Amino acid sequence: MAHQVVVTEEHYVFKPATKKNLYIVLGIGVGLFILGLVLAISGGGHHEGGDGGHAAVQSSELVASVQQHAAASEGHATATHHETEPWVKRLYSSLWMNNVFFAGIGIIGLFFVAIQYAAQAGWSVGVKRIGIAMGNWIPIAGVVMLILWFITHHDIFHWTHDYLYNKDGAEFDPIINKKAPFFFWPLAGGSFPIFFIFRMVLFFGVWYWFFIMIRKNMAAEDIQGTTSFWHKNVVLSTVFLIFFGVSSSIAAWDWVMSIDTHWFSTMFGWYVFASWWVTGLAVITLIAVWLKDAGYLKIVNSNHLHDLGKFMFAFSIFWTYIWFSQFLLIYYANIPEETVYFFERMRNSPYSWIFYLNLILNFVLPFLLLMTRDAKRQMSMLKLVCPIIIVGHWFDFFNMVTPGVMKHDGGVGLLEIGLALIFLSLFLLVAFSSLTKLPLFGKNDPMLQESLHHHI
Amino acid sequence: MQVTSSVRDPLVTGGKTVKDVSHDISRQVEGKPTSLWWMAMAVSLAVLGFGFYCICYLLWNGIGVWGLNKTVGWAWDITNFVWWVGIGHAGTLISAILLLFRQKWRMSINRAAEAMTIFAVICAATFPLMHMGRLWLGFYWALPLPNAFGSLWVNFNSPLLWDVFAISTYFTVSLVFWYMGLIPDFAVIRDRAVVMGNKTRASIYNILSFGWQGGAKTWMRYESVALILAGVSTPLVLSVHTIVSMDFATSVIPGWHTTIFPPYFVAGAIFSGFAMVLTLLLITRKVFKLEDYITIYHIELMNIIIIVTGSIVGIAYITELFIAWYSGVEYEGYAFYNRVQGPYAWAYWSMMTCNVISPQLFWIKKIRTSIVATFVLSIIVNIGMWFERFVIIVTSLHRDYLPSSWTMFHPTMYDIGEYLFTFGFFFAAFLLFAKFFPVINMAEVKSIIKSDSEKTTHDSHH
Repeated sequence: MAHQVVVTEEHYVFKPATKKNLYIVLGIGVGLFILGLVLAISGGGHHEGGDGGHAAVQSSELVASVQQHAAASEGHATATHHETEPWVKRLYSSLWMNNVFFAGIGIIGLFFVAIQYAAQAGWSVGVKRIGIAMGNWIPIAGVVMLILWFITHHDIFHWTHDYLYNKDGAEFDPIINKKAPFFFWPLAGGSFPIFFIFRMVLFFGVWYWFFIMIRKNMAAEDIQGTTSFWHKNVVLSTVFLIFFGVSSSIAAWDWVMSIDTHWFSTMFGWYVFASWWVTGLAVITLIAVWLKDAGYLKIVNSNHLHDLGKFMFAFSIFWTYIWFSQFLLIYYANIPEETVYFFERMRNSPYSWIFYLNLILNFVLPFLLLMTRDAKRQMSMLKLVCPIIIVGHWFDFFNMVTPGVMKHDGGVGLLEIGLALIFLSLFLLVAFSSLTKLPLFGKNDPMLQESLHHHI
Repeated sequence: MQVTSSVRDPLVTGGKTVKDVSHDISRQVEGKPTSLWWMAMAVSLAVLGFGFYCICYLLWNGIGVWGLNKTVGWAWDITNFVWWVGIGHAGTLISAILLLFRQKWRMSINRAAEAMTIFAVICAATFPLMHMGRLWLGFYWALPLPNAFGSLWVNFNSPLLWDVFAISTYFTVSLVFWYMGLIPDFAVIRDRAVVMGNKTRASIYNILSFGWQGGAKTWMRYESVALILAGVSTPLVLSVHTIVSMDFATSVIPGWHTTIFPPYFVAGAIFSGFAMVLTLLLITRKVFKLEDYITIYHIELMNIIIIVTGSIVGIAYITELFIAWYSGVEYEGYAFYNRVQGPYAWAYWSMMTCNVISPQLFWIKKIRTSIVATFVLSIIVNIGMWFERFVIIVTSLHRDYLPSSWTMFHPTMYDIGEYLFTFGFFFAAFLLFAKFFPVINMAEVKSIIKSDSEKTTHDSHH
């Protein structure tokens, strides 16, 4: 047995200066958000509206036959029924999208920890506590999502309109009517979507329960120092992973895919997961690098950063694989009901430039920048790549959510950027203050010595 | 310096030394084949012979001797092809992806798994070759070669052509990877032969080992090549079954056109590959007395991979069923209704039972650490994975868009015969491998003898 390296427990102190910086980001976010909101209200739309209109005409000609059925039937909501101001819709859309995105980052924090336990990973003792700190966002995201749903549902989820289910009405939609049980069961279509809400509450509730239990065992291990808590967490993590395997797909159908109510893709659940997962890995890495910059986490050295870098590299490619498989199969089969999704995103501004930007930020750049061994081991490079991945996948979610909600009126302006900064700073405030609650790594973690001797 | 946590189970038991490793694994290469080996070989060759007859008959008379008809134009041939390609995924997954993930337990099983991969891919390749009918023109159909046949040129838009490139690349890289790993072990056998005074064996294994001398520089190069090949193989593992899945998913046939196919096929391939590795290794370990190297812990870990991949496949099945309903596409809905309820429901439910339900038994520790249960379940999984491909292919085809074309598929002796041919080949090749090549990577196992051996009482201080 190799000699034991002795390390002392580390505690993170959330310094006022750091806090102040985050409040400044929050302040800038609020400022931009208000400015964006004022511009949106006074402008009644935004400058890209004109372009979008043109492109829309083009694309609707190209896919005319489908759009009669799919997009047109979704469009009639705004045409004949209650008219929400475009800026309100834009606000709702952005709120929903940011919340789904950051909910994913929080849940991936827990998922990362669970993977480390279930796979009995030995290298990751220094970063597990970062993942669990991110998990503190789960209940907040859950509550926000529930509240947002009640406020925004008619504007975000086309399927919530009761006239779609009225067989005698002019707006009856036989396709959506068939899907009704998925949202409304056991109630009738168009009433209250009890099944949908039940799933939302169940998923966040169960995720949060696992978070509490796994975190409790970590804390107990620090005090009592036996390996039994590690074994308990292996079991808990395994059960969590089963639940997450099913719930993450269903959550993606519920919260994202059902926005484009007519559209469907079997890959979609794993697509959303891939996007969340690689973003979460980037956030974990970035926090680890920040902590090291602040003088913490001496036990995390370039070998551990190398592993995190490899994870981001590999799963950026994995995300691209999922993206490409979904795109190619829909493109190749060329079935109008399916291609409409990509037509909407490739032919309308601003979604079209985001569509290509998405591939550059999330595949080309991480692939090239993280290719070499040195790149994955350098903090300076990770500080460049992590934000690219995080911003890239924010755009990915933007393009998943916005076209379905805003049709051709979507845009990325001050409102969207401000709101993203607000979410980001709040998320980091929660994550960093949670980091202070537990030591930065488990001094009694049975894998600690393996992690300290980790050399690749 | 390697440190191993006390919560980990040992990977080598019985207090083996580095010398024991050489001896235990070279033993069966050096000894005479046992009567059991001859018997197994005889059975394999008999099956291969019958299969060979069926293939000759097929090539002489044409594809008409199979049970295919106008509606079901693909059945056992492509089912068996996909089945074998799937099995051929475990070896490279173990040697490449598990290497990248630093899973030391792969070291006792990678050699045999890679050999199995190579034989399985060869078996798979026979099906498209035979389906060509006129095999001797196959080069022109499968490769973009200038020719004098008028408009005969490959179709680059066809996933079947992508298959040709993907599988041949995969085969080449797997073969190189496997053989490269064998080189130092061949040298061990040569060195032992020199000591024993067996000149013939020494010179044969010297050639096989390319005259390996084992200098520090050579080992350094060996290790960097292994890492590079692992990096190259990893995308290949994913790409092969991704492209196989696209044989179906790019077409506009209900039940085939579904976007989840690529990753779901990859998961299924790993699932069936591990099952086949277990089937073979459980026998090998018993016959060659390798219980200290392929421990119950190894078997347990492989069973865990089977649960994970089996559950991923299960989620994919349920996702497909759900989206078939949710999409509201009548054709898609019917295709799945027909699978579950139609004339091939027995095949669908065999698939569900074998692939999704039975592997869940491995959640019980007693079952996943039981040799008998693992052996039985590993065979059940492979039966299930055969049915998966059969269900996807035949149930989607046999209900054509035109109800007047609806029909069933009945295999003939020649469908069965060619399947048997591949079994004969596979087992004969594996038996040859097991006899003449070291079935465990000695060099790699030696590298973990210090850190991951079972701790005996006197050195278990912490």
